[in-house]
Parts: sequence; C-alpha cells; structure tokens
Amino acid sequence: MEATATRSISGWGRTPNEECAVFRPERRRGLPWILGNGGQPHYIARGLGRSYGDTAINPGGGVIDLTRLNRLLDFDPESGVVTCEAGVSFAELLDVFIPRGFLVPVTPGTKFVTVGGAIANDVHGKNHHRDGTIAQFLLSFQLLLPNGEVWNCSREENPEVFWATLGGIGLTGVILSARIRLEPIETSYFNVDYYRATNIDDVLTKMRDTQERYQYSVAWVDCLAKGASLGRSVLMNGRHARRGDLSGAAAKNPLGHPNKRQKAIPFNFPGFALNPLSIGAFNEVFYRAHPTVEGKLVDYDTYFYPLDAIHHWNRMYGKRGFTQYQIALPFDAHDALVDILGRVSKSGRASFLAVLKCFGPSNEGPLSFPIPGYTLTLDFAMRKDLPAWLHELDKILLEHGGRLYLAKDVCMKPETFAAMYPKLDAFRAVRDRLDPNHTLQSHMARRLGI
Amino acid sequence: MSAPEKGYAVVLGATSAMARYLAIEFGKAGYGVVLAARDMEECEILAADVRVRCAVPVHALSFEAGDFASHDGFFDACREAAADGITAMALAFGYMDEQANAQADFAAARKTIDVNLTGAVSITEKFAAYFEARRAGAIVIVSSVAGDRGRQSNYIYGASKAGLSAYAEGLRNRLYHHGVHVMTVKPGFVDTKMTWGVVPFAAAPEAVAKDIAKGLRKKRNTIYVPFFWRYIMLLIRHIPDWQFKKMKM
Repeated sequence: MEATATRSISGWGRTPNEECAVFRPERRRGLPWILGNGGQPHYIARGLGRSYGDTAINPGGGVIDLTRLNRLLDFDPESGVVTCEAGVSFAELLDVFIPRGFLVPVTPGTKFVTVGGAIANDVHGKNHHRDGTIAQFLLSFQLLLPNGEVWNCSREENPEVFWATLGGIGLTGVILSARIRLEPIETSYFNVDYYRATNIDDVLTKMRDTQERYQYSVAWVDCLAKGASLGRSVLMNGRHARRGDLSGAAAKNPLGHPNKRQKAIPFNFPGFALNPLSIGAFNEVFYRAHPTVEGKLVDYDTYFYPLDAIHHWNRMYGKRGFTQYQIALPFDAHDALVDILGRVSKSGRASFLAVLKCFGPSNEGPLSFPIPGYTLTLDFAMRKDLPAWLHELDKILLEHGGRLYLAKDVCMKPETFAAMYPKLDAFRAVRDRLDPNHTLQSHMARRLGI
Repeated sequence: MSAPEKGYAVVLGATSAMARYLAIEFGKAGYGVVLAARDMEECEILAADVRVRCAVPVHALSFEAGDFASHDGFFDACREAAADGITAMALAFGYMDEQANAQADFAAARKTIDVNLTGAVSITEKFAAYFEARRAGAIVIVSSVAGDRGRQSNYIYGASKAGLSAYAEGLRNRLYHHGVHVMTVKPGFVDTKMTWGVVPFAAAPEAVAKDIAKGLRKKRNTIYVPFFWRYIMLLIRHIPDWQFKKMKM
C-alpha cells in the first residue's frame, strides 16, 4: 500500500550518507500501516533533513518522510494557538501567520525544519535565555506508538512521554500533530544593536551585561583570530520593532514578508574551497563591515535565517561533507570555552560558521540539550582525522559539565554521550516502555547505544 | 465566514497531491472550496488545511468516480454546500494500475476506464449543464501526457486519458458558445505517490498547481505541466507509426 524508494540519504552535513528504504505517506493512515506492514525491521521518522548528523537516517531499515503530512488543522487568533501536522515546516508557519500578526516563538537558524523535527530536537533559538526552547510554547502533541496506539502528550497528560519526546530524536514514537502557541507581533522587523567585540572576553562580558535588555542575542565569532584578538566577534542583540520604529516602505507594510532573491549553490565546491585563507578573508571582511551601531532595522528573514538565503549552502563543503560541533558549557566554565576556542584557532581547522549564544534555565527533558551557560557552534569540514581531534575537545567538555547537541553530532562516542546526559537511563526507561522492540531506531541511536 | 466573492470551486479527487495544492490556489484566489474524495477522513483533514491557510469556507463531500449511480446525489450535495454558487470545477481524480496487471485482469482494465473516462463523463456533464444554464463557470480537466500516444508500457491508462482529452476538447467546443471555459491539463511526471520510487525526476505538486491556476486565469485551452512536456510529446507524437511500433517506450 505504501511504496518505498531506495535512496541514499544523509543529514545536512552530508556525511554519513546511507541507503535507506524511504516511505513518503500522503495519508495519515499510511503511518500505522508502515509501522505494522512496511516490511522493514525498524523505522525512523524524518522531516526536512536539516539535522546535521544521523538522527534521521536508518540504513538497513525504513525512513518515513513526513513532509507530505503537513496540513494545518486549526488556528485560534485569540490565543495564537495553531494545531498542525508534524510535517508542517516553520517556513510555512511564517508564510501563513506573519501576515496575521504571529511569529514562531522559538526558531533554529533555518526555517526549513518541520514541527516534528523541532520537537524531536527540542530546538532553541537566539532567545533561549529569555524564552527557553520550543517546549515552552508546545501545549501538546499526538504521538503514534509502534503498536498503533495514539497518545495525547502534554504536561498534564503522559508528562513523562511529553518530556522524553522533546529532544528524544524520534525514538519514543512518530509525532502526528502538535499544538503550538505562536507569538503575537506588531511588525515583522527587528531592532538590532550591533557591538563589535575585540576578543572573547569582551564579547562574553558584553553578552552577560546586556542579556536582560534584549529578547534575542547572538554573536558571530571569528574563530581564526589569534592572540589578543582570540574570539573577536560581532554581537547582534535584537528586539521586536514596534510600528513606531518603522518608516518608509516598511511602515506601509509592517507585517511585510520580504521577497529576497534566493541564490543557490548549484554544485559541490571542491574540497579546498573553504579553507583558512578563504574563511579568514571572509572573517576579516565581516568583522570590518560590522562596527558598533545601534537601532538597525532588520527584517525577520535576514535576522533569523541569514543562511537560508543561500540554498544548498552545505555544498560549499564539498562532497566529503562537514559536521557541526555545538557545545554547551556552564557559565563558570568560561576558561574551558576560551581553551576550546584557542585550540580551534591554533588547529587551523577553519569554521565557516562560528556562533555564540547564552542559554537560560534547562527544562525537564532528559535529552534536552540546553543548560544554563554558553553555547558555541562551529562547522568543521569532515576529514579522517577530525573525529579524533573532536574527541579531545569532548574531554574538555566532560571535565566541565558540558555537552554536545544530538541534532548536530556525527562522531561522539557512546560513553561520552552517556556521561554528558545523566538522565539517559530515565529516557531509556520511558522509551523501552513505549517501544520494547525498538521498532523505532536510527543510525545515531545504534551508534550511541540509546 | 461570509459568502466567498468568487463563488465555490469544486475539486474532485481532492486527496491527490496535485488536487490538494490546486484547492489551496483556489482558496488563495478567494473561492470557497468543496473538496470531494472517497477517503472522507483525509478529505476532512485537507478541508481544515485549506480553511486555515486561506480563511475561506471549505466543505468536504464524499465522492466515488466509479459509482455512477451516486453522481446525481453527489451533485445535489455540491450545490447545497455551495449555496448554489458553484463557479468552477476541477476534475483531478484518476486511477492507474500496473500495465501488466491491467492487461491480464480485465476487472483492473475496466476500473481504469470506468473511473478515468466513464466516471469523468458522468459527473462532468452535470457541471456542464449547470454552467451552461448560467452562462458562467470554468472547468479544469486533468488528463495526462499518457493520452497523447498509446505506448506499450501504459496503453490502458493511456487510452482512458486519450478518451478524456477528446471529451474535454469537445466539451470546450460546446461550452465556448455559452461563455464557459474548459481547460485541459496534461501532467507529465508529478512528484506524488504515483511516481514515488518509480520516477527519479518529477515536478513538485505545488508548482504544478500554481501553473494550473495561472493557466486558468489566462483561459488557456490545453496546458502541459511542467511546460516542457509539450515539446517532449510533440516529438513523441511525430514519430511515425512504423517506427513507434518497434520501440519499447
């Protein structure tokens, strides 16, 4: 009844890339059918494939592409609560609801993620210090278990399952639909204050000092700078723009949806394209181009999703692909953060993207990533010697109570993972109750021994 | 919700991916929408989707193309749902079986023709009479490039669509004199469950639906979606019979 296509699929980092039997049901009842009669030994659900690693690939088994189950089911303009299927993307939510005066309350750096994927990774954005993860705005969701039952999960109903699923990378069940409270907005623009920091200490101090005043905060870091300039950055603190802040064309269309010309990387760049020289040059230009200035008006697409404007930007890393190394460290591990940054700078492994944010309080999700402190995100081109070098950094994380993000990881060791997530056993207990036969599995789940 | 300014568009076969996005195009253009399909559970979900996205009235009705006796009752239900304000109809249902199966099992072949052609004629004539009496309305008939030439790999489906194309052509001719437009749509490969795992390159149904909506606004007669299929089929149609019969397309 449901056809499969054998496809080589990967995460956004394009490695590992494995052949899987992919289903793409167009009807709701296709899902229980697949889990019961799909003919595969195990399955994992997949959204738009923006996780960097192997959370949504399942070589030797089935992958269920949920992007066709992307219907909006209900919207209450009074409360801002939208009910929708898990395959709906944040891009679609923005398209439909920004004109009606509502914004997605928490969003990762790309709008091309599904609601299901956002829940399964308990995504955070530039406003975690103030607003937490998507969990804060998630009222409930419907979860399909491998045995065919559908459970409604919320803080009141099946709370253990609710929290295990947030960050549970699809291992507790297939999310069918969710109710999310959108954020009412006056305009679709942001008031951004830019601060050019001379080094890592400067930016960390500034971030801590200014956090209270801004809903959104993120710093772009030059990870190649050395010595006294180690970690020089551009801090971009943002707040929603009010109607009165707008002028000209924006004022006439305060909830306007910018139609930016989209570029696309048409083919794989050769492996040497992104290297310390090219990235170093880019960093110099970027740093110079962003002096300290206040009150710049920026549209939501540019502020939240600068990379989405370049379709297939992951091709810039070439066929070998890359991995994103995103760490979270407690505030008192400031020295560890500087140590890691120093090692990155010295290694010459240039990261095209280097982003620093602050995290606020963590939530009850056993596998939820954010802990109060700093989070630093770096890209690294995949090379044979990369995993071993990253494992050295993992050691520093472990020593200081830090952790890695499952949505990005591709090479962490199972022991490291278990040490970083002390509530792993609690997660396993819930998961084993819902799915004793481990019908839901992924390459990552097997790799990390979850 | 007040009466929709453009009247109602009825989409038959609403659960297909192309039809779903076409319904959204109608909704975005200000039409109320009536979605008709066999699978009512899915139809209701789709109706909710169009309602939320487009903020227009949407109804879901049960419709079985192959059950000719039910068509009168169905048409009445449409009229009622649309408060007698139907202004457009899109026929997007279709049945395709594997050629080998349709060849060997007459029941399968018959179902293909019953649904794609006979059922189409049965239900469309009712809309035709309705629009003709009002001297207003538009009909979209989704046929297929498979109807442009009978190929050994898909000729039973192809025959049903060839018949449908000729029917649509004649209907276009008849209704033109009554101020009603009929547009034929001939899709090549569209990325739906029909092509999943079978065809590597297929057009996105959202894009196809936008093309159909644009074609209807421009009152095109026959459109191929995506557009380049027109030229592919032009070439294929010009292969002489003595050559074509030897090929294994």
